[in-house]
This record gives sequence, structure tokens and C-alpha cells, in this order.
Amino acid sequence: MSVINDIGSKLAAVGYIADEPLSVALQLTLDLARPLLLEGEAGVGKTETAKALAKVLDTRLIRLQCYEGLDATSTIYEWNYQKQLLAIRAREHDRLSSSAIEKQIFSEDFLLRRPLLEAISQEKSPVLLIDEIDRADEEFEAYLLELLSDFQVTIPELGTIEATSRPYVILTSNGTRELSDALRRRCLYSYVEFPDHQRELDILRAKLPDLEANLASEIVGFVQNLRKEDLEKKPGIAETLDWAAALVGMDVHSLLDDPDKVTSSMICLLKTESDLKSAPRELVSRLAGKAA
Amino acid sequence: MTPSQTSAAPALLSKRIIDFTNHMRANGFTMGPQECIRIAQHLSSKPLPTMQRVRLELKTLLAGDRQEWSRFDDLFEAYWIKSGRTRASLQQKSSPHITRPERPAPLWQQHLSDNRPEGDGKTPQIEFETGDQPAGKASGRLIAAKHSVNRKTDLKNIVDPDEIRAAEALALQLARAMRYRLSRRYKTAKKGNRLDLRKTIRSALPRGGEPIELFRRSTRPRPVHIIVFLDVSGSMKHYSRFFLQFVKGLVCAWLHSDAFVFHTRLIHVTDAVRDRNSARAMTRLALMAEGFGGGTKLGECLGQFNRHYARKMANSRTVAIVLSDGYDTGAPEKLEAELARMKKHIRKLIWLNPLLGWKNYAPITAAMLAARPHIDYFAAANTLESLAALEPQLAQL
Repeated sequence: MSVINDIGSKLAAVGYIADEPLSVALQLTLDLARPLLLEGEAGVGKTETAKALAKVLDTRLIRLQCYEGLDATSTIYEWNYQKQLLAIRAREHDRLSSSAIEKQIFSEDFLLRRPLLEAISQEKSPVLLIDEIDRADEEFEAYLLELLSDFQVTIPELGTIEATSRPYVILTSNGTRELSDALRRRCLYSYVEFPDHQRELDILRAKLPDLEANLASEIVGFVQNLRKEDLEKKPGIAETLDWAAALVGMDVHSLLDDPDKVTSSMICLLKTESDLKSAPRELVSRLAGKAA
Repeated sequence: MTPSQTSAAPALLSKRIIDFTNHMRANGFTMGPQECIRIAQHLSSKPLPTMQRVRLELKTLLAGDRQEWSRFDDLFEAYWIKSGRTRASLQQKSSPHITRPERPAPLWQQHLSDNRPEGDGKTPQIEFETGDQPAGKASGRLIAAKHSVNRKTDLKNIVDPDEIRAAEALALQLARAMRYRLSRRYKTAKKGNRLDLRKTIRSALPRGGEPIELFRRSTRPRPVHIIVFLDVSGSMKHYSRFFLQFVKGLVCAWLHSDAFVFHTRLIHVTDAVRDRNSARAMTRLALMAEGFGGGTKLGECLGQFNRHYARKMANSRTVAIVLSDGYDTGAPEKLEAELARMKKHIRKLIWLNPLLGWKNYAPITAAMLAARPHIDYFAAANTLESLAALEPQLAQL
């Protein structure tokens, strides 16, 4: 049921530069209609992948952000209790039997669709992004298994709701917790690495087309080397983009021009206090020299 | 894939795929017939692309986590490109006759009875001696008592009822102290801070929608799961007996618990410890725990746990207790890496070090220094009293 061949170049057309393993993984997700689990450090562009895929397929992106204690009422469905109460009141004098009322108020009109139910009841297959699945607890993984294997939801009062179209599911994880084997086995898997020099340069060019070419290559060289330093939190792609924008805003044309300005702009790249302290002016100018 | 296509050439391919599945399984990948069929279907659904592409596709299909992801390329290459060499090692690895040496208890018995005097003499005590011995004697009541007892009777004699009762009672007390962790999941409850609207409305229907009876929901505390790792290496031998009782008490009293002993290997002893016949349990355990003696490989043992048990046993309510003096013959980097990995499986890590109770002792062995950043609670445990003193702290974890 392949919809699209050569996903890599399609993604590039919407401004997302994927490396080969990732484009292969996405191609397989489309071909086999199986969920894809993306792991990798924060900031390598896992969430962006889903957004770009939705753009390529020209379909809706339904996003579910995970947190601990996430349960069926906030992910699959919930009854609209206020509306139910009102409906009961309104029909008080109709002399309906209680079973008739029950039938009315437990119908689809009174159902609040949450992201997962929403995702399987679309006309056109949407992209369902289940973000940071490692933050949810094991119980939620269990809900998910049912949905991911059968693409249907059972509501006791209403019966089983079958998927009208199969969503393309992308799960992301930062690896703060190990996921269960059962979940992993149902998914395709890809580990997303930080981009290499060329790919990061391509991304920078795609996102900031006005950036001067030599500054762009200096920025990428600098960030690539910075990632090799011993940092608590390595700067991701989003940080590179922020930094590039900041440098342009500060009217910097080359990293070697003004080491003080560059050092003060490090707050775009390094997001913890100890990392900022571990990158003093000397290190910044050394890295800048290397990059240039 | 149509049946007519599966003639001569595809048959060869199928065989290669089945062999490949076995090869991957032998190397620790979770693969069954389903995966095998999936590969076959995938490869035969269209003309074969380049080797590089096939490698990436199969990697996406078969890898389950980062470790498998990074190992896949080598394994793939070993099988499809340098096939001759791997098949030999594959047969050796996947042989069903190879069993883990730590499994069968009867073998141990023989091993022990044959080698006992020799093994006993060999048990190194060097590291132990380097500690502050006099101070240790002063603070450790139990240690002093055991110095005169020879090793053999020590283990057989493990059933001193009073001591066992004291250790078991204490273990249970500690387990209770950290018994419940609040979950954030809501369940129906009599008293709760949130209304269970679904239930309330259903029960209101027969009364014309008047919500007379209110149902509530609240988060419910759930029991913690405790995993104990007991170091039974040479340097810990003076404490092993006492700790074994503690572990037994804990595992028997606390349903959600598991026990491991380790020296150079990790041994899962929950079943042995749960044996209702106390004497038999202790003998079984002692037999399993003895034997190898010699050094401690902390990193490797925790690595075994991470690879083989963690996914099945550990969850976000797991508290791991390591009872060890931190004298490690393995590399501290390895220990640190494995502890970091373990911390992803569990909620809290408690390290009880018997040497910490000694005067002038500072935990400065390389292993202890490496482990320190990952430990949530680090304390002494060389006497019953010092263990009992843990209770309030554990309750706060």
C-alpha cells in the first residue's frame, strides 16, 4: 500500500533533511503500515520528523504528548458529562424509560474524542505522533498495545469502533525509561543520530536560506565540535538554528570577528549552568578557530 | 508473495533467511517465526534493492533498541558477507546443550564437596585486611562473633532461630518503611478528591438524572517492588551470612521482591530463598552463592541484570538495594555505565556498604567513586542496629 516512493527527496522538498537510515525507516512505515519508534537524544529532530511526514502526505498531524498517569479518559475517549446531565434534565418530562434515556445519552453525540480515537476515525490516514512515550507509565503502554495492533477501540456502552483509516504512527522516546518488549516488537525502530556536517549544513540552508555561506559552514563546524566536548546536554538542531538566527541578529559575519559577542550568544546552545561555565571564552575562540 | 514464486531460487533464500533468524536469535535478538515470515515477505515483495538498502531495511525491521541498533551492522555483515566464519560460531552458540553454569544446583554440590578445602584457603581476603580492622571489630557485634566460626559450619549452622527472627523482622520493617509509592493513576475510591462522573451519571439515571449518590476517584498508592543484590564475594564473607538472613526475610515477607547474589556472576535466587523450609533454603542459597569466590565483578554482574532481567522485572516503582563493600576487580568505567543503565530501569538505588560503619573508612575505592553519583541513598550496614537506623531514611525515599 505504498503511497509514496522515495520519501527522502519528498521530505527535503518540505524542508526536512533526513539521513538515509531515517528515510528508509519512514519508507518502511509507509509501505508496511506499522508504527515507527524513533529514539535518540533530545534535539535530533524526532518530533520534526512526524510534522514533516504529515506535510509530505498532506494530512493531519494528531499529537499526543505523554506524561505520567496518562489514562484512557485523556487519550482515547471520555463521555461529555455536562451534556449528558443537561440531556437528562431536558428529557425529564418526556416520560421515557431510563433505558431509552441511557441509549440516547451514551451515543456518539455525547462522546468526546481524544487523540487516539480521533486518529483512527479520520477520512484520510493522519499522522499520529505519540511524543515522549517514555514519560508515560507502563499502564499506558498497555492501552497503546491494543490500539496499535488492532486499530480499534472498545467502548463498553457503545461497542467496538473500528478504524476508518489506519494512521501512520510515530512514537518518540528519549530513552529515560526502558520500554516494554511487547511495545518494541510491534514497532519498527530507528535510532536518530545527531546530523553529520553536511546534513546539518543542508538543514541550516533549508531553514535559513538567507544565511551567508561561510558563516553557515563556520556555525556547523563549531556546533559539530562543541558536541564532542564533555557536556551535560549536547546542543540539538533546534539550538543550532536558534544560534544562527541570533548571530545574524547580532550582526556577526564571522565567528572570529568578535569573540565576546559569540561567547555571550552561547546561551542559545548551552542550556545548563555547568555547561555554560565549562565553555569559557578561550574554548569558544578555540572552537571558532577550528571551525574557520 | 505468490506460492508459484517460491520455487528453486526463493527456496534457497528462505533457507538463508531462516538461518539468518537463528543467527540473530543466537546473538540476543528477540526473533521468532513471525519476524522470519516478515523478512521473507518483505524481501520477496519487490526486486531486491542494493545490499546497503537491504541492511538498513532489515535493521529497521529487526532492531528493538539502541544496543541492537548499533550491533546490527556487524551481525548482518558477519552473516551475509563473511558467512563462513560465523556459521561455525553460530552452531556453537545456539546449541541447546549449553546451559548456564549457574543453573543446576546438583552440580554445585559436587563442585563444592570436591574443592571445598582448597577453595576455602584460596578465598582472598587481602582487600578486607587493608581496611580499618580494629575499628570494624569494635562496631560490628556480629562480625566478632563470626571470626571464631569456621566457614563450613558457619554456612550449615545458619539456622540460629533467634538471629533469623531478628533479621527477618528487621527486613520486613524496612520493606514496610518504603512500602508504598503514590501513583498518579486515578481509581474509584470511597473517599477521593475527584468525582467519578462516569459512575455518578450512570447511577443517577434511574433517579431522573439527579446525582444523589456521588462516586469519587483518587490516586491509589501501590507497593514498591524491591530487588536486592547481595555481594557474596571473598571480601564480604563475614557479612554474607547475616545479610542472607536479611535478604530471606525481605523476600519472604514482601511479595513484590526479587533477590540476586553475585560475585563474578549474577545468580537469581528468589525461588531458592522463598523455599518454606528455612534450613533447606539457606543451604540451597549458600551452595549457589559459594563456589566461585575470588573477586567481584560488580559492573559485569549488574550488566547481566540489565540484559537479562531488568526488562521483565523492573518498573518505575522498583527500588534496588545493593549490599556490597564496593571492592571490585572489574573496571570502574564499566560499573558506572551499567549503573547508569540500571537507573533507567528503576526508580531508586540504595547502596548499603558494611565498611561504611567503620571508623576512618572513606568510600574511596575506584568502584565506589564511580558508583557514587548514581546512588540515591548510601549508608552503612554492618550491624542489625545500623540497618534498623535506616528505616526513617528509607521511608523518605
